[in-house]
Amino acid sequence: MNSVVNTGAAPVATPFFFYFLAGAAIVSGLLVITRRNAVHSALSLIVTLLSVAGLYLMLYAPFVAGVQIIVYAGGIMVLFLFVIMLVNIERSAKDRQFNRIWPVGLAAACALLSLFVSAFVKGRNLFPDRLVALQESSNTQQIAAMLYGEAGRMGPYTFAFEIASLLLLVAILGAVIMTKKKI
Amino acid sequence: MLNAFMSYLGSTVPPGNADNQLWALIYVLIIFAGVSLAVVAMNWIERKALAHFQIRLGPMRVGPHGLLQPIADALKLMLKEDIIPAQADAVVFWVAPLIGLLAAFTVYTVIPFGPSQAVSDMNIGILFMLGVSSLGVLGIITAGWASNSHYPLIGALRSSAQMVSYEVAMGLAIVSALLMTSLNRTGTGTLSMIGIVEAQQQQGVWFIFKFFPLGLIAFVIFAIAMIAETNRAPFDLPEAESELTAGFHTEYSGLRWSLFMLGEYAAMIAVSSIAVTLWLGGWMRPFPNLLTGSAWDFIFSLFPGLTFAGLAAIAFIGTARMPAQAYFRIQRIGLAVFAALLGLIALLLLAIAVAGRTNDASIAGRFREGIDYVYWFVLKVAVFMYLFIWYRATWPRYRFDQLMRVGWKVMLPISLGVLILTAIVGVLIS
Amino acid sequence: MKDSMDELSNGAVSHLDLETPEKPYLDANELIINMGPQHPATHGVLRVILKLDGEKVLGTECVIGYLHRGVEKIAENRTYTMFNPYVDRMDYVAAVSNGLGYCEAVEKLLNVEAPPRAQYIRVVLTELNRIASHQLWLGTHALDIGAMTPLFYTFRDREEILKIFERYCGARLTTHAFRIGGCQYETYAGFEKDVKNFLAFFPPKIDEYEALLTSNRIWLERTKNVGVISGKDCIALGVTGPVLRASGVKWDLRKAQPYAAYSKFDFEIPVGENGDTYDRYMVRMIEMRQSLRIIEQAVNGIPEGPIMGKVPKVIKPPVGEIYHSIEAPKGELGYFIVSDGSTQPYRVRVRPPSFVNLQALDIMVRGMLVADVVAVIGTLDIVLGEVDR
Repeated sequence: MNSVVNTGAAPVATPFFFYFLAGAAIVSGLLVITRRNAVHSALSLIVTLLSVAGLYLMLYAPFVAGVQIIVYAGGIMVLFLFVIMLVNIERSAKDRQFNRIWPVGLAAACALLSLFVSAFVKGRNLFPDRLVALQESSNTQQIAAMLYGEAGRMGPYTFAFEIASLLLLVAILGAVIMTKKKI
Repeated sequence: MLNAFMSYLGSTVPPGNADNQLWALIYVLIIFAGVSLAVVAMNWIERKALAHFQIRLGPMRVGPHGLLQPIADALKLMLKEDIIPAQADAVVFWVAPLIGLLAAFTVYTVIPFGPSQAVSDMNIGILFMLGVSSLGVLGIITAGWASNSHYPLIGALRSSAQMVSYEVAMGLAIVSALLMTSLNRTGTGTLSMIGIVEAQQQQGVWFIFKFFPLGLIAFVIFAIAMIAETNRAPFDLPEAESELTAGFHTEYSGLRWSLFMLGEYAAMIAVSSIAVTLWLGGWMRPFPNLLTGSAWDFIFSLFPGLTFAGLAAIAFIGTARMPAQAYFRIQRIGLAVFAALLGLIALLLLAIAVAGRTNDASIAGRFREGIDYVYWFVLKVAVFMYLFIWYRATWPRYRFDQLMRVGWKVMLPISLGVLILTAIVGVLIS
Repeated sequence: MKDSMDELSNGAVSHLDLETPEKPYLDANELIINMGPQHPATHGVLRVILKLDGEKVLGTECVIGYLHRGVEKIAENRTYTMFNPYVDRMDYVAAVSNGLGYCEAVEKLLNVEAPPRAQYIRVVLTELNRIASHQLWLGTHALDIGAMTPLFYTFRDREEILKIFERYCGARLTTHAFRIGGCQYETYAGFEKDVKNFLAFFPPKIDEYEALLTSNRIWLERTKNVGVISGKDCIALGVTGPVLRASGVKWDLRKAQPYAAYSKFDFEIPVGENGDTYDRYMVRMIEMRQSLRIIEQAVNGIPEGPIMGKVPKVIKPPVGEIYHSIEAPKGELGYFIVSDGSTQPYRVRVRPPSFVNLQALDIMVRGMLVADVVAVIGTLDIVLGEVDR
């Protein structure tokens, strides 16, 4: 009768899930840019986002994973599909998929890749393996403390968070005004 | 093996949290089978109840009182030709029903049927649930698009717009319930489904009655939004039969179509479970804090057995009232066997209730407790399922713009107002 | 957007431009969709081609003829008596009314009149048929708008009327109840009792329908200001019946040009104000109650006497032509019969209310949404058997 009570779910078969999710993310990420059909690309992108959400879960960040699913997979991708369905797929599939500025895009991608590699190689001492002991069970509460503060004090990111939400509010109002004018 | 098997019974947390993978897997299987069975039962009950609302008899031929009709339907659907329209996008057409089904079933991993009767108690339980159930709309959109036909496309556009708009009001209503969980000494709320129910237990009130009428309003908003979210009447525009023939699943047939139906009904049970967990005290029996003591515990633990005894009695009356002709003999025997089966289950449940009345730590006591939790949870969900049928029998269908107006101009402001008022009242009280 | 709305509101009936020249990259603007001929809400085999902008209807075109059986042509090869059962097959929901119109038209041509007893029996059966027709309309209309249950209630109560028909003439739907010159059958024993039982049975049932619908919020939202048509437009298009009366025009042939025994009865013509779907609903609901009033007066006053007038064995009307119309449940049902003096009509032309009313569909749904098309088709109360004949 060993009823071990953990505060968080202990990971199972970690390497398998890591490589599975990472592989799924990469393969579907490649499908996103290679599929001619925009709907197929969008569906692949959803798989990528869900795989990344799974990786977040493995990093003991369930809240980020949940938000990733709600906001990206559930919200933004629905709007993506919504727009794509209104586009004439047959014609867009016949279009050339690569336009003239693809060398620039390639250069940007290479630059990003080299940044990641250099950060991975050189930045080990910049980012310690683990900042704090991660607690899955209080992850959400920790994020709340960071964003909103606790016990009457502002958290470290409260100001930035509020500014960002104000920016979004302005964006929403702008969008409403822009569409209202036309009608 | 046996050790691992028995280990769970002494645990007080869900197997997912107790690091008990075997039991977690068993729970996944039980829930998958249970939900599928519930969908089949719901199918029969809906047809029968709807028929009786409409002065018809409903299915009567396959089995006594049509009891075997869902099985016959399932067989028929499986054997039907599986048609993929020539111009459809075959891959997406194939994947679409699976997306909806997966989304609907994944939600069940965090639904607590009892304090330890769940697959897992996720820290972000309700968030996970909202997120995954919002993925269900992807199945509908892709189905509508992949069919490459106008009616499904319009149905898909309608449903995506509808689900996205009602999710907002739904989310705000949920947040106002979550705010109530933080009214304790530490001032920290929780997103965990089990934590939400326990918060209601600690505060001694179902959140539907908390800050009357704020909790009630939030609950009503959620109850409306969840009908829209599951595309049921009177918000069944995406599959509005009289307008769009069958909406997004017009081109689907056979097994694929039945997957959609399975997903839809599973989603109905899932959203009802959210409502029960958030506002109606989840697995708790009525008055768990007022009517305490082992005597009351014993009385309430008799309910599951008595319910089955009542069902058995109804089945026996049905047997007795069957026409005496030879033609009905087999049906009569079948119904009698069914009634006897229900009676046996009733006896078993009553026996467990009696055996486990004294010692809560014994195996019988644990069983009794577990049965109690699941019974009250399922009973509350069943009320919602009945309401779904009742709505469908009573109301006409909203028009698309009216639906949007109700969602954005009525539900959203009210839920925002309730959220703000709940926050204010909560701060003032604590 | 504003311009197109103005363009829509002038009510011009124009042909749709169904040819889209080049499929644009973003073809979100117009969508041509076929509603019917196999569609649950088109009441048979009506095909409506809808031109949509998203959900908004830019225009409609009705394609009819899927149920065309050439009834009018058949008439030219049948004797007057032989043709009588065929008219039942036009508006099969209101077969008795069809028969009444035809018989009266031929009687007028022959210059005979049915005896008073036959007239009264005709009124009772026709009004019962009007109720049956309205019941079917209500059930299907509610079903189109999404309320399933009223359909079954109306069918349950319609059964009582059909039972009376069955006892009277052996048929339930295509009754062939009347003959040229009167009625073929004497009322059966208990006819009056059955009808009076129905008179007592039915009013609570109307209350039941109304309890489900009349003040239902969703029903109100789905029907108020939906499919509005003005009385002027109705007259311009020749729309008659409850649709015309709901637009505020008090025109009912039973009062305006009384036929059969209608001039002897006291009843009211319900009139609407807005000409929307809700008014048409209310007009028909009141009409059912008024029909009950007429039936009550008629069944209590059935005079004694013969049921057949003096009609020759072989019906051979004099050379001439006649137009006779009655108020069928759906509107003005007219028969134009040209006789060349032989036993067969030279030409029969039917003026079917469904066909004429269907013309109003386009101006009623322009600028509305897809869901309203369904509601308007339902509220027009068309029967495709009559539209196509």
